[in-house]
Amino acid sequence: MNFPLLTVTAAVPAVGAILTAAVPAARRTAAKWLALLFSLATLALAVLIAVRFEPGGDRYQLTESRSWIADFGVRYELGVDGIGVVLIGLTALLIPFVIAAGWHDADPLETSSKRWRPTQGFFALILMVEAMVIISFEATDVFLFYIFFEAMLIPMYFLIGGFGDRAHSGSDENAAAQRSYAAVKFLLYNLVGGLIMLAAVIGLYVVAGNFSLQEITAARAAGTLDMATNTERLLFLGFFFAFAVKAPLWPLHTWLPNAMGESTAPVAVLITAVVDKVGTFAMLRFCLGLFPEASKWATPVILVLALISIVYGALVAVGQRDIKRLVAYASISHFGFIILGIFAMTSQGQSGATLYMVNHGLSTAALMLVAGFLISRRGSRLIADYGGVQKVAPVLAGTFLIGGLATLSLPGLAPFVSEFLVLVGTFARYPVVGIIATIGIVLAALYTLVLYQRTMTGPVKEEVRTMPDLRLREVLVVAPLIALLIGLGVYPKVLTDIVNPAVEQTMSDVKQTDPEPEVAVEAKNGEEAK
Amino acid sequence: MNPVNYLYLAALLFTIGAVGVLIRKNAIVLFMCIELMLNACNLAFVAFSRMHGNLDGQIIAFFTMVVAAAEVVVGLAIIVSLFRTRHSASVDDASLMKL
Amino acid sequence: MENLIALLIAAPLLGAVVLLCGGRRLDRTGHWIGTLLAAVSFGIGVALFADMLGRSADDRTLTQNLYTWIPVEGFQADMAFQLDQLSMTFVLLISGVGTLIHVYSIGYMEHDERRRRFFGYLNLFVAAMLLLVLADNFLLLYFGWEGVGLASYLLIGFWQHKPSAATAAKKAFLVNRVGDMGLSIAIMLMFTTFGTFAFGPVFGAVGEASEGMLTAIGLMLLLAACGKSAQVPLQSWLGDAMEGPTPVSALIHAATMVTAGVYLIVRSGAVFNAAPDAQLVVVVVGAVTLLFGAIVGCAKDDIKKALAGSTMSQIGYMILAAGLGPIGYVFAIMHLVTHGFFKAGLFLGAGSVMHGMNDEVDMRKYGALRKYMPVTFVTFGLGYLAIIGFPGLSGFFSKDMIIEAAFAKGGTEGWILGGVTLLGAGITAFYMTRVMLLTFFGEKRWQPDAQGHEPHPHESPKSMTIPMVILAFGSVFAGAFFEIGERFLTWLEPVTGYEHGNPPVSAMTVTAATMVMLLAGVGIAWGMYGRRPVPVLAPRGSFLTRAARRDLYQDDFNHVVLVRGGEHLTRSLVYVDHSLVDGVVNGTAASVGGLSGRLRKLQNGYARSYAVSMFGGTAILIAATLLMRAV
Repeated sequence: MNFPLLTVTAAVPAVGAILTAAVPAARRTAAKWLALLFSLATLALAVLIAVRFEPGGDRYQLTESRSWIADFGVRYELGVDGIGVVLIGLTALLIPFVIAAGWHDADPLETSSKRWRPTQGFFALILMVEAMVIISFEATDVFLFYIFFEAMLIPMYFLIGGFGDRAHSGSDENAAAQRSYAAVKFLLYNLVGGLIMLAAVIGLYVVAGNFSLQEITAARAAGTLDMATNTERLLFLGFFFAFAVKAPLWPLHTWLPNAMGESTAPVAVLITAVVDKVGTFAMLRFCLGLFPEASKWATPVILVLALISIVYGALVAVGQRDIKRLVAYASISHFGFIILGIFAMTSQGQSGATLYMVNHGLSTAALMLVAGFLISRRGSRLIADYGGVQKVAPVLAGTFLIGGLATLSLPGLAPFVSEFLVLVGTFARYPVVGIIATIGIVLAALYTLVLYQRTMTGPVKEEVRTMPDLRLREVLVVAPLIALLIGLGVYPKVLTDIVNPAVEQTMSDVKQTDPEPEVAVEAKNGEEAK
Repeated sequence: MNPVNYLYLAALLFTIGAVGVLIRKNAIVLFMCIELMLNACNLAFVAFSRMHGNLDGQIIAFFTMVVAAAEVVVGLAIIVSLFRTRHSASVDDASLMKL
Repeated sequence: MENLIALLIAAPLLGAVVLLCGGRRLDRTGHWIGTLLAAVSFGIGVALFADMLGRSADDRTLTQNLYTWIPVEGFQADMAFQLDQLSMTFVLLISGVGTLIHVYSIGYMEHDERRRRFFGYLNLFVAAMLLLVLADNFLLLYFGWEGVGLASYLLIGFWQHKPSAATAAKKAFLVNRVGDMGLSIAIMLMFTTFGTFAFGPVFGAVGEASEGMLTAIGLMLLLAACGKSAQVPLQSWLGDAMEGPTPVSALIHAATMVTAGVYLIVRSGAVFNAAPDAQLVVVVVGAVTLLFGAIVGCAKDDIKKALAGSTMSQIGYMILAAGLGPIGYVFAIMHLVTHGFFKAGLFLGAGSVMHGMNDEVDMRKYGALRKYMPVTFVTFGLGYLAIIGFPGLSGFFSKDMIIEAAFAKGGTEGWILGGVTLLGAGITAFYMTRVMLLTFFGEKRWQPDAQGHEPHPHESPKSMTIPMVILAFGSVFAGAFFEIGERFLTWLEPVTGYEHGNPPVSAMTVTAATMVMLLAGVGIAWGMYGRRPVPVLAPRGSFLTRAARRDLYQDDFNHVVLVRGGEHLTRSLVYVDHSLVDGVVNGTAASVGGLSGRLRKLQNGYARSYAVSMFGGTAILIAATLLMRAV
């Protein structure tokens, strides 16, 4: 057997998590460096995966397969397609930034006990999440995927509930109550989704007799595995519900603003840029692959929900008074775009959606991390507490603006490519939906620029007058993200080359072809007439 | 002598024990009532052994005695420590776990 | 030679990157780097132009394909450039006027501590604008289109500490985004119709598409043009955009960016030619804006806002001409170029006046400045003569051609359009004369400001006056140069096509009518502002004046309908999100909690009661078993 690259990639951060957690209380800094080192090692492995992956080759590559729970047909099966490769890359890429940005977020307070080791716990939990997310992207066994899809909630729960944003209004107790509300809400929402999915997973086993994604997909595509229409639809809904909670899709979204608002900025990035991507990824891989007919059946409703997410998320974002909640609602709007692209069932839409996952991860990370730096300086999350920052901290303001421009999908930055592909892909099949979704680009400009104007421009407020500009560590966090945003904006081919073949496969799973251009269709009809 | 009479006695003893568990508060009395029920069971087992003419019932009675002895050790220890901390052997006073 | 095209864009882009990332080290030299790189771009442009002239008219298009930008199954966007005569015209205008304005800004922004960044933004603008005109497909054009929008946003809001500037910048970007929506929908329509959005294939396949589809594409392109070129109904941002530094107003909001809409329509001529309904709408938009801008321009006391109204109106002329089809395309572009000269000149003159007047913009507080600023007076005056169409100067030729073309449209339409353009010419003469008289003639009306500083009007430094002189030169001679031997027509015709049309009246009659309107406009303005002293505080004025001062209430309309409406909508949605969507969830959680609270009471903590339930349960089970046996 070949070198188990995929297992190792997921195992490295897990080992890192254990080692980081074991560092003694006094050696906080060592724990930080250890965590960073392991996340960088994971990144190197992810790059290796991308290098070893051959875009034109088999659908799933670098596969590993071992027997696990033989009685139930559960196997330890891993494999990546193009979509998985880029998402593993995104995850491995973002975690070092998350760690570096959260360098001081979990330092123990002066008053806390000497034996208390929050720093070690914080970074260990982050690495744990990374390991689980990576293995979710790799799993080609439905049961294996399910286990890690759910297990991810545990470290996330502690990250949200245990390490809050130190910038809060009101008393400490009030903040703690808010935080535990957010953490419990996150956990309950996702658990409910997960339980329904568990029922569907068992149902799938009853129908198909095994858990192997590849086998079932192949059997579905070849027509050798029939499912009763209603069974397929119920199973689809069971899977989709869990993913829609995670993604999150309107009206299952309300846990996200709480969770992102209360947690520290790096954890917020972890939630929206990394963990939530598992939901949209799973829609693309599991919902469409396992239940092609039911996916087509549900498309109209899902498209409407996605449209509502886009417009509603953006409008509610405009009305927010809290910077982080604003970004959270903006993310909801963006997830609407991703889901729209997936269910438009065109290759532009699905390639766009996959790129969107990556680009949204980068742009939200840039915006949210800079917002975190800003918030930590002033100790407030309220937009109204800022003003004129541009004058005091021009670099901070400039990077914040670039993050904002990426969020509003300015051409030249990566999100534009994906957003336009999603729009074009949707428009090609559902013109009206495409046009309504276009309103989202105006609204995105509105909430971003309002945020920028209120915080960065205008007369300098007294409280921000002494605000320092970005420090070296912070610049090192933001600059590569911005470079990537620009790089992928002008040269997205590096990603599309990997993603396109996988998308074609998905398109053939659901037996869909792109709509032909009108003129070409007319020309063809003309030939037939002759 | 008709072995069935032993079964009546066992049922009587069990009922006395059960009622005692239900209505008394004192931990020691509770404990003795539980013992009473166990012994009632033992009696029934031995009686059955005699009725069926094999040794299974007697063997189980020995098991029960061993378990009862172990239970006495643990149970008395709990009662003693409870009494030390609360100065009372009433089971209603031990309510720390109650919401 | 074609490899140079990318360099045209790369030079200013490099400047932008260096200046914006360079930090304070470059504060001393930054403006020189910026100016130099803009000039390099102009130099390359000239070289390409010389090369282009050396080839025959059919063989002048150069293309350069760098790489495939976005390749996805059928959706192929290339990073590819196309340089033909139309693009060439714009390249020279953008880099030429751009370089002049860089030079001007060296003096104008001398005392601004963020001058380096200003030049970075200017370079960014030049790069984006060049990308816009050099793109060979609509998606790349969209890239440039939003790029100039970004540069415009950054430059309008350059003085960000002023809330009014920040608001104006945001407004400009948002209104432009509405237009951009049109452009993206147009691209999507093209993609679904033709399977491509590159210029060549789309224009080649126009004949095969249905007219309804082409009309839809045309209207969406028009929406985009309206946003960028400040045409009704998306005009409201241009007046506010004057919050930016004056060189910005000159370069972006007069000479180049705002004319991008005209470029878009002329470039997509093939689509519009096949969609007469869309063309009609273009013409109507042009005609309405032409009058709208002119009327607004008459009432403003702020010199820059008056010029902004004028810009809007002049672009209305261009859009109208572009809507006329092949009769008008060439003249739209010709007016665009001459307008680029004289309007940039006028704005730079206005900037020079403000420079000498402590940044005062109210024309009622100027007066008699010709004595203090002779160079500014002469260059501004030449620009003024050019814009009103004084015979022999640039504006005369280009505007006259548009009026003729409007008549040549034929039928009732032709008469109406001709009438509107003539009326517009009269109003133009009126408001420009008003600006001229209020600023340079009459008595001096300035007073010490609140701190007691009296302005000391003085001529601006050489770096500012030289660009003004060059632009004035262009304002005077460009029109004649283009018109003699129909040079401009022969130059552009291979790209845009041309047909002469049949004007119902002779060219001489049109010219004569224009002259009459011109004299009337100048005369009325002289009667109102030249003969009697001008009050420093604006009189209340007639209803029309008041309406025009408030931009014909369009901002009030926007405020009430869009801003207020939007605020209510978002506020109610925030409420819905918190109370309804979240409320349902929290309600479920609360009812589960309540239920379990009640169930909890069963667990009273008494071992005895547990034992009772155990005994009871056992008894019931045994009884049930026995009962089942018995049955």
